[in-house]
Amino acid sequence: MNWGVLLFPGSNCAEDCFHAVDKILGKPVKYLWHKDTDLGDVDAIIIPGGFSYGDHLRPGAIAHLSPAMTAVKEFAAAEGLVIGICNGFQILTESRMLPGSLLQNRGLKFLCQDQSLKVDNADTPFTSEYASGDVVGFPIAHNEGNYYAAPDTIAEMEANGQILFRYCSPDGEVSDGTNPNGSINSIAGIINRTGNVVGMMPHPERSADSVLGLSDGKGVFVSMLKHLEATHG
Amino acid sequence: MEEKIWIKAGLTDSEYELLTKHMGREPNTIELALYAQMWSEHCGYTHTRPLFKHFLTTGPRIVQGPGENAGIVDIDDDEVITFKLESHNHPSAIAPFQGAATGVGGIIRDILAMGAYPIASLNSLHFGHPGEQGHTRWLISEVIHGIGEYGNCVGVPTVGGEVRFSNAYKGNPLVNAMCVGFMKKSEIKKAIATGVGNSLMIVGNLTGRDGMGGASFASKDLEEENDEDRGAIQVGDPFMEKLLIEACLEVFKEDYVVGVQDMGAAGILSSSVETASKAGNGVEIDVALVPKREESMRPEEVMISESQERMLLIVKKGMEDKVNKIFHKWDLHAVVIGHVTDDGMYRVLEDGTTVGEVPVWSLMDAPTYILDAVEPPHLKETMAFKNEQVAQPSDLNKVLVRLLSAPDICSKEWVYRQYDHRVQMNTVVKPGSDAAILRIKGRDKGIGLTMDSNGRYCYLNPRRGAQSIVAESARNQVVSGAEPIAITDGLNFGNPEKPEVYYQLEQSIIGISEACRALDTPVIGGNASLYNQTPEFGSIYPTPIIGMTGLVKSLDHITTMEFKDEGDFVILIGETKEELGASEYLDVIHNLVSGDVPELDLALERKAQDYVLDIIRKGLVRSAHDLGDGGLAVALAESCIAGELGANVSLDLDMRADALLFGESQTRFMLSADETSTDRIVEMAAIQGLEAAVIGRVTKAKTIIIHNMDEKLIDISVDECGTAFSTGFDKLMKTDS
Repeated sequence: MNWGVLLFPGSNCAEDCFHAVDKILGKPVKYLWHKDTDLGDVDAIIIPGGFSYGDHLRPGAIAHLSPAMTAVKEFAAAEGLVIGICNGFQILTESRMLPGSLLQNRGLKFLCQDQSLKVDNADTPFTSEYASGDVVGFPIAHNEGNYYAAPDTIAEMEANGQILFRYCSPDGEVSDGTNPNGSINSIAGIINRTGNVVGMMPHPERSADSVLGLSDGKGVFVSMLKHLEATHG
Repeated sequence: MEEKIWIKAGLTDSEYELLTKHMGREPNTIELALYAQMWSEHCGYTHTRPLFKHFLTTGPRIVQGPGENAGIVDIDDDEVITFKLESHNHPSAIAPFQGAATGVGGIIRDILAMGAYPIASLNSLHFGHPGEQGHTRWLISEVIHGIGEYGNCVGVPTVGGEVRFSNAYKGNPLVNAMCVGFMKKSEIKKAIATGVGNSLMIVGNLTGRDGMGGASFASKDLEEENDEDRGAIQVGDPFMEKLLIEACLEVFKEDYVVGVQDMGAAGILSSSVETASKAGNGVEIDVALVPKREESMRPEEVMISESQERMLLIVKKGMEDKVNKIFHKWDLHAVVIGHVTDDGMYRVLEDGTTVGEVPVWSLMDAPTYILDAVEPPHLKETMAFKNEQVAQPSDLNKVLVRLLSAPDICSKEWVYRQYDHRVQMNTVVKPGSDAAILRIKGRDKGIGLTMDSNGRYCYLNPRRGAQSIVAESARNQVVSGAEPIAITDGLNFGNPEKPEVYYQLEQSIIGISEACRALDTPVIGGNASLYNQTPEFGSIYPTPIIGMTGLVKSLDHITTMEFKDEGDFVILIGETKEELGASEYLDVIHNLVSGDVPELDLALERKAQDYVLDIIRKGLVRSAHDLGDGGLAVALAESCIAGELGANVSLDLDMRADALLFGESQTRFMLSADETSTDRIVEMAAIQGLEAAVIGRVTKAKTIIIHNMDEKLIDISVDECGTAFSTGFDKLMKTDS
């Protein structure tokens, strides 16, 4: 079961994602290079956070044009698991692999804090370790995490169970007051229609190593692993 | 009469005379520019170098002391950390966003040049009180934005530091940034140009006219006319820096490079002079080979440009293409601009023609000055302060609330939530605690990181003030479970040519040295930023800033300030004296900066720190907190707020209530522990001859109650304290406050 972490110039959470798979899951993982058109033998792809191409133009706007992203699209079309975290989410919306876009935080400032999330849909390959309604803690660290999509798109996503995580208070209340960045419907993470491509602003890898006092994020990786094991035998 | 060219360049008559003697002739304009930069305070440490002899710079854990891009300390298992701090005060006063951002970038490259991966940044910021002033608020906002933008993008977590306020910094804010790197001992690189014929390669950014003369700009007073020096401000590109880090570390893995130097102040010039001087060699650089972003730059402009995100590599002859190949992978260039020679000359060429030539040693031989020191006149009055001069306020609850919301004490979450403090996944104890703690991956150990200062203390007693800062830094390490290892110091002062400023500088350095010897924390490098004064606001407070690292020998030792459990005993270690002088309380409540700095017995401090670290390592302590700004009451409130618990304590001290609650007597710690451990803690203190008083208990009721000699002094809800603490900074930054 091989995992790949896609490396762009400016990716700065690649090593953290690598660490989560290598040390926390204990599974084989390798870096994928943005200039490569052939990603080789991988079963799941993580597009890590950071500032690919320095966020020039718009976060993710340049990265999505890189050769490797063509290969990622093909991989996803063949039902491969892809998760984009933070800048990875922005790259996935820029490449239209996920709907909507990520605007600047409504407070107009970069925001790094430990954040409570409510699991909205636990019936996916990325969230099966949780129960719907669970409150989990993941750190966030972003300047453009304010999720937006057109109202009919949002309605469709809501109806299809495409919202995976919402920002909430530590006791699970979802409200405008517990929304750190102004995301529509407090959306923190979404999944595509076919259920194999996820984008999320919070960092599950940063809460995967219990030494750091946070361990809720491990569930995302374990969920993916179980799905891979079940489908790949 | 026309101004002499060397005066215009920033050199004195006697310096000019000296350099013509060194050269045996008059310099041309290019050669003059070389001396002007290298002999500035910023590069040549002309005023501070003679004072550095006081510092202890060696010790069992010191792998590299001062003299390289950064110092190195041993953290066992053949692993080392390297760290240094640097000021970017003058650029930040004029262009706060870029000034602060490039300060972060510069210090990260110093760490990179040692061969290390940068794993953490900290910063110490000093501003005037915003009050009604939109300008100060703008400075604060932009500096913090600049630090965040650079650090976040480059992927180095900003894990700690401090933000302090006094109108002494109104015209001249201080921005000091510290970076810490990690590597194996075998990976250490040096800034040395060995091997005649080896190539000098410039890597990273293009060279432009930005940052022209930054070193000499930093070495004069900040005046209105300095707006003309705007060209001396550099522009940062954190994306380029990130690529530079990745590419350099990939190159360092191979055996291609003999020396590395960051290009900081005075750019290509100072980086190449320093590497050549260390090897006793000469170098030859052809400015025509330097990749530029601007046309028709003069040779001296190319040599002293401070364009950011550039490094100098000394590459083994024949390996240039291999180096270039790795940089090319990261879409960067690595270009040969010259080579190492055996004649000891620093030679500048333009298209193959020599345009300047001076002895390398002479550029490194900046004259030093030992100036007159005179005790500042204000000390006569401030030292004569008596507690009786101020009346004790009747409502002490109110005083506590005001102190908790005071700019120096209140929560800095407004600041650090703009910094990515978790990237790289090593941050175990995040900003807002006594010390930040990072784990070392794959090991059961960590490092403690702190940055501390107290300009008011040093203004009122430069020597003991400086001692106190080192002692406080070490206390912050110890209460977090770390053994203090070493320091880097940032010497921020006014114009040393003023005798009272030189006195402050000299006394502060002596104070730092004394404390470092007592606490076994050698000085492994640092930075001097002098001439921090403006015509309107005068000199800044003398502000030595101490960046300290400590070793957490097991992650089990990590201890934090918040109370953990209802019923735990609260223990006060150390003696509380009737000391109000120099306190935050006097400043905030009585608007008075006066009195002497609290007494400090360095031998006792050492003993108390060893003891506290010992009981922490034995697992006896649930929470530990240093008593600092705002004294006992503030420390108790902070432990309650962070733990969301209350405390009920009683003391029995015959003294003024305000001194007891808010005085800043040194060498004190507040601990909490369960009953069995408390007994042992008290016993062990008695054996050491240290004072340890069980003063009360942690309560589930979220109230802070403090009695003294049966009189109730404080009775206030933790929530009220918490709100004051957490909203203080927001209020400061709101324009309508």
